[in-house]
This record gives sequence, structure tokens and C-alpha cells, in this order.
Amino acid sequence: MSAFGILLKRDLLLAYRRRSELANPLLFFVMVVSLFPLGVSPESKVLQTLAPGIIWVAALLAALLSLDTLFRSDFEDGSLEQMVLTHHSLPLLVLAKVLAHWLVAGLPLLVIAPFLGVLLFLPTDAMFPLMVTLLLGTPVLSLIGAIGVALTVGLRRGGVLLSLLVLPLYIPVLIFAASAVATAGTGLPIAGQLYFLAALLTLSLTLAPFAAAAALRISLS
Amino acid sequence: MWAFLQKFSSPKYFYSLAGQMIPWLGAICGLLFIAGLYYGLFVAPPDYQQGESYRIMFIHVPAAWMSMFVYVVIALMGAIGLIWKIKLADIIAASSAPLGASFTFIALVTGSLWGKPMWGTWWVWDGRLTSELILLFLYFGIIALNVAIEDKRNAARASAVLALVGVVNIPIIHYSVQWWNTLHQGATVSKIGAPSIHISMLIPLLLMAFAFKFYYATVLLIRARAEVLERERNSSWVMELVK
Repeated sequence: MSAFGILLKRDLLLAYRRRSELANPLLFFVMVVSLFPLGVSPESKVLQTLAPGIIWVAALLAALLSLDTLFRSDFEDGSLEQMVLTHHSLPLLVLAKVLAHWLVAGLPLLVIAPFLGVLLFLPTDAMFPLMVTLLLGTPVLSLIGAIGVALTVGLRRGGVLLSLLVLPLYIPVLIFAASAVATAGTGLPIAGQLYFLAALLTLSLTLAPFAAAAALRISLS
Repeated sequence: MWAFLQKFSSPKYFYSLAGQMIPWLGAICGLLFIAGLYYGLFVAPPDYQQGESYRIMFIHVPAAWMSMFVYVVIALMGAIGLIWKIKLADIIAASSAPLGASFTFIALVTGSLWGKPMWGTWWVWDGRLTSELILLFLYFGIIALNVAIEDKRNAARASAVLALVGVVNIPIIHYSVQWWNTLHQGATVSKIGAPSIHISMLIPLLLMAFAFKFYYATVLLIRARAEVLERERNSSWVMELVK
């Protein structure tokens, strides 16, 4: 088994052993979304227009919240250092960790999103597009976030700093994803937005592991 | 050339050379500011549509140009610092970040002051305004990361990675924001068109642009000198200097 597979399996196993923690970002996602009807208006028309943006902003924040666990425990027990020292390519190992993180933190958002869409009166036509945008968009969030976490993992109070570093870089994903969902609700084609999201995914998939690996090396030096 | 660069990048030589350059750069900057402001405020004719209030452009546009220029400088210096491990590049990048942020801030504030009488509102979610605001956030990120990491060398390398990631992202952010804007509200606001600007307005604008460049160079060198002293405080030449 390759190093990639071993690390992926290990991280998934670790996540499974701490399954109570896994629910937290998900609960956060649901709660943030349910705050909006209380704060803005319970009227279906208002919520319908806001729904794509609300769901995506909440997904963004939930992703941000879960990012901290990406390298933290490995950094604290020293296994991250060992990974950097091995002869395996570090970007590949980073990719394995990000994939594991996305499977436990990103994928559940995708499953629960239609339910939230119903809560916010999102048109049924937009449900499937919502899931597609989350499928394409949340990996980008994890990949870009990995760079931010790698830069701040050595710091005692990295949490707030992380959001400052990462949120501006999330903006393109938010724009394309939310606009795709909103456009789908009106029945117009959304291929353009989806292509852009796919392009962002490809770009971050190819470049982010290298940037995150470089950042890890700096944080650990 | 290489020998000169190598010599220039040694902190000690840089410190003394920068000290000699600062008065000259500052003087040129002052002259350019006086000339540019005089031409811009008194000589250039009022705009046929906007009257006198367009004159804020002579601050706004150079500041906006500098806001992007400085970010590129930071990314470039970051790359140089990462690849060739030149200390001076780290110092220049670190000293540039607050300057870039202040240029961005000036561009946003002057734009907003101009927007109130012209567009009737302080703020519009226009593509350009929004991407300038995001640029300000990126600057804050770099500054915050630089401050948060105690070891100066690591702080510089981490900020360099962040600046390079930002440079890849800036065009994406810029175009996505413009695209988002056109999708949502169409061309309700068209900014000063790029094409024809009269020569009588172009001259003060260029003078001001150069004044801003020289201001940046002057203040950058002053800040970098202070930074050099702080980082090299344990070396013999600094001890001798401050004795």
C-alpha cells in the first residue's frame, strides 16, 4: 500500500475513533443557517432569495471551523514532523490528509444541504445544483484552507488568524457557487458557473498541496 | 551586476547606502508632490461633467495603482527571499506590507469621498471597489501573519508563501468579482472611462503617480533601515553604531 493510502486510512480511522467531534462542524452549519430566519425574516420569499448565499456562507464558516483539526493533533504529538522527515513526497501526504479531512468534514455538509435548502424554501430545481456546487466547491475550501492551517499550525492562537488569511481566498468559490444555485432556482443554465468551479478545483488540486507542503516545512523549522 | 547586488544586499552596506539615498528620494518626492498638486489643483481645468470634484482623482488613482504595485513587490521579494534566502528581500517585503495597506486604504477612502457627491452613495458593491477591499484584507492577512510569528526569518518565509498564494488568487478574485457584479446588477455605474483623458489632466496625474512612487521608496527605505537595525542588533557593526 502506498504512503498516500496508508495515511488516508490512518486519518479516517482516527476520525472514526473521535466521531463525536465530527458532528460539531455539521451542527454549526445547521445552526448558522437556522439563525437567519430568526434574524432576517421568516417569510418564504425573502429566505428563498437569500438561501443560496446563506447556505454557502454557512458552509464556508463550517469548513473554516473544521480546518483547525487538519494538522493540529499531528503537530502536537510530533507525527507531523515525522511525515515531513520521511522520504515520501510531502505534497502527496498533504493531499492524503486533505482528502481524509474533506471526507469527514466536507462530504457531510453535502448530504445535509438539501435539508437546509428545504428549511429556507430553496426551489426544488436548485437542490441538485446546490449539491453539485458543494461537491465541487468544498474540496477547494479544504485545499486552500490547508495552506492557511499549514502556515498557522505552529502558532498558539492560530484560529482567528487562520480566518483572516483564508477567507479572502474563498471569495471566488462563494461567488460562483452561490450564483450557480441562485441561477438554477430561476431555471437558467448554470454550466458556466460549474465550469468555473471545476477550474478552481483543478487549480487548487494541483497547486495547493505544494504551497501547503512548503508552508508546513516553514512552520516546523 | 551580481557583485553589486550581493554587496547591496548585505545589511550593513544597505544601511549606509539607504541612509544616503533617503534625503535625495525625499526631496524628489516633495518636489513632485508640490508640482503635481499645483498642476492638479490649480492649473488643470475642471471636468465638464464632474466640475471640481474630479480632482480627488489625483490622489485616488495613484494610490490605487500603488496598492497593486506594492503587493507585486511583496510577492516578488517573497519569492526572492524564499529562493535565494536574501535577508534584505525579507526586510523589504515586511516593511512594504503596511505601506501597501495604507495605499489601499487611501484609495478606498478617497473613492468613497468622491462617490458620495458623484454617485450619491458612499459605497457601491462595484467590481473594482470590492476587489480593492479584498486586496486590503489580503494585506491585513500578510501583516497579521508577519506579526504573529516570532522568529523573523520564519515570519518572512510564511508571509512570502501567503503573498505568492495571494498573487495567484488576485486575478481570479478580481475577475470573479467583476463577473459577479455584472450578473447581479449590470452596469449601473460606469467608472471614469479608460480612453480619453486630456493632456492637461494627464500631466498632473503622472506627476502624482511618480510622487507616490518616490514617497513609497523613501518611506520604504526608512522603515527597512529601522528593520535592519532591529534584526542585526547582535552584529558588531550595529553595536558599534549605537554605542
